[in-house]
Parts: sequence; C-alpha cells; structure tokens
Amino acid sequence: MPVLCSSCEQKRAVLKRPKTGHSLCKECFFWAFEEEVHQTIVSARLFSPGETVGIGASGGKDSTVLAHVLKVLNERYSYGLKLLLLSVDEGITGYRDDSLETVKRNQQQYDLPLKIVSYEELYGWTMDAIVKQVGLKNNCTFCGVFRRQALDRGAMMLKVDKICTGHNADDVAETVLMNVLRGDIARLRRCTAISTASEGEGVVPRCKPLKYAYEKEIVLYAYFKKLDYFSTECIYSPNAYRGHARAFLKDLEAVRPSAIVDVIHSGENLSVREGVRMPVQGNCSRCGYISSQALCKSCVLLEGLNRGLPKLGIGKHHRLHGKILAREPLTQEEERKLKAVDF
Amino acid sequence: MAAPIAVHLEFGGGAELLFGGVKDHQVTLPSQSEPWDMKQLLAWIRANMLQERPELFVQGDTVRPGILVLINDADWELMGELTYQLQDQDNVVFISTLHGG
Repeated sequence: MPVLCSSCEQKRAVLKRPKTGHSLCKECFFWAFEEEVHQTIVSARLFSPGETVGIGASGGKDSTVLAHVLKVLNERYSYGLKLLLLSVDEGITGYRDDSLETVKRNQQQYDLPLKIVSYEELYGWTMDAIVKQVGLKNNCTFCGVFRRQALDRGAMMLKVDKICTGHNADDVAETVLMNVLRGDIARLRRCTAISTASEGEGVVPRCKPLKYAYEKEIVLYAYFKKLDYFSTECIYSPNAYRGHARAFLKDLEAVRPSAIVDVIHSGENLSVREGVRMPVQGNCSRCGYISSQALCKSCVLLEGLNRGLPKLGIGKHHRLHGKILAREPLTQEEERKLKAVDF
Repeated sequence: MAAPIAVHLEFGGGAELLFGGVKDHQVTLPSQSEPWDMKQLLAWIRANMLQERPELFVQGDTVRPGILVLINDADWELMGELTYQLQDQDNVVFISTLHGG
C-alpha cells in the first residue's frame, strides 16, 4: 500500500524524514532538504555576497551533496558566491587516489574550479610513507592534524574567504559525545559552533552548512539525485573511538530518531563554569599557525617524523618544545621513549 | 506453497564490500509454505550471500542501524520494514551510511 506524500498529497512518498516524521515524495524531499540548508545558511549568516567559498571536497557523500546543494542555492537565491572545490591528497594509494577521481568528475559535473593540495608537497611526507614509519596506531592523528592545516593552506593559495565542510548532524553529535567521553572541555565548547571566526594568520574561517542535515537524508538525497560519490573506508582507518560513538548514536537513532539533534542541542547549550582553565590560543613560533603551545601540533608531528621519533607529537611532550625550537638534540632517555612504537 | 520469486538486490555506500565487492545481485528465493517477507530475506542473505563480518550488516533479526533500506525505491520505513511481503521482481537496495564522507 503506497503512502502518499504528506506535503503535495499527490505523489508516492519515498522516505520518512527522521527529523520530522513526515513522509515525502522525491520532489518535495529535494525541496525541503535544500530549503533547510538555505535556512541554516541565512539564519547563521554564513556567507556574504561576493565571497569566494572553498568547499572541502573528498569525493564522499557529504561533500558531494554539499557542493551540489550550494551550487543550486547559489543560483536559486543569488548568493553571489564564487564557489570552488578544495581537495587534500593525503597520499593514500588505493583510497585517496580513487576518491580524487570522483572529485575530478564532480568538477566537470558541477563546473566548479578544483584545487588539490597534497601532503607530499606541503609536508614532504605522504600518508603511505608516514604509516611505514609510525605504523597503524597513531596514523589518524597525523592525518587529521595535517588535513586541517592543508585545507587552510590550499584556501590561502586560492585567496578563499571561507571554507565550508560537509560535516553533518550525525558527525557533530558524534563529536559532542566523543568530547564528553574524553573530558575535552575546550573542544566540547567549540565543536557545535556552526562557524569559526578567523582565528588569526593563516587560518581561514570555516562553516558547516549541513550541520543540521541528517546523514540518512544526505545519503538518500545523493541516491535519488544519482550523485556520483565515493564510499570506501580509508585503508588505514581503524578510528575505533569514533566508531563506537557512531554505532552508539545509530542505535539511539533507531529507537528515537530525534536523538541526533537532541545531542547537538545539549552540546550547544552546555555552559562551562567560570574558573575552568582553558588553553590560551596563540601562534606557532615556527609556522605561525594557531596553537595553544609554542609549536603547533603539525610542526611537532613533522619534527618527530623528520627526526625518526614518531611519538614526539603523540601525547604530551610540551616541555620538549623549547629544545626543538632551539634545534637542540634530545637526551638518549628522551629519545628512547619517543622511538618506542607499540604495534 | 508459494512459488519461488526473483528479486533484484543492490548493495551500496560501502555495504557491497561485505558481498565480495559486487553491487548488483539477481537472486531467486526458493519456494516455501509462507510468502517471503523482509525478515526472512535478511536471514536468507545472511546465510547465503554475506561473505564477511556479518555483524556489520545484520543486528538481531534486522539490519544494523545506519544501513538504509529501500524497497522499489521507497524507504522501507514506509513499507512495513521487516513485515513487508516480497513480490516477484521486487527491487531491494541496502545503502550503508557508515562509511566515510
């Protein structure tokens, strides 16, 4: 027995929306999805006319849907934005090379300029080479820290005013949970923000236009629109902690679909008691990137790789920053701890 | 006895990795006394098609949360989910949302 669309009451409904419980046909769903992203953009004033906006594009479902929807809305509502795709090549054979092929097809399909920056050109290390040195334990730390900075560097090269990323409601809810579980108060406070102001030299403001879009709807939007996206798990990604948070949220969503926005709502409304010590944001004294330490995480990780001490940037070794900056050798005891990679 | 029925199954969004990397499968469900429903189809897929890590596809007697199911291009939540009675030539799509964006 086909269910009719609760909006137009004419066509056959194709999905039940997790956020509202409404049953919609394809056309009404496309419209509702796009309008909600438009509302998010307008109410949070994410963009101003004339801006150049770089879309962080991985070839995956979220960034593909983001690129498509932004292009549609930019035309429908005359945002006056210059959109372009910005991709990072981490240097992961059999994964990123394939997904970048998808981004290159998206560039053609959406007729948007594309810039690819690679870890190899920026840092002199591909992820394949990093994994060879550090193994599969902390590799995601390197990749995550390097990617954040790589997007900024790519954005600077293209003189982009803002970067937007495909983070969806499920991602934000997961991050809230993870920060609670880790006791990371500073990140917990920041992670629900829909946009970041420029935090200083070399850091481009970022925003998440899909912050309130459910993953289910993003996937179905891509499916019904027949968008071309890439969906293979990274060959190096165990990322177990996020995996648990994710599975837990999906279980909650199955019982109570509003769980996702509810967790985001909780995160948004947390207030941190006065007197809780927060890291003070400054700048890296080597590269100038934002950092709460003398050296930014990226520089410390890189120093560790180049010195053959991969654990230098893993865990807390702040007291060694002075020595690194002064290019002083470490003691044998210090080196011994940083070499030991437990596979 | 219900006659055997032919259904088209499609796995996407990374779910195909659990089925030997093959997205499209044309299968024939054998004749049985009761009509086939989605709950039985899932058990049949698990017994006959799943090649690895079944826990990434099924959980209890349903799909793992995070896997979307479409029956003839409509969300199975509109079709009775596990109780939907399959018809000959039905098209069932499983899309994993658990893979990276």
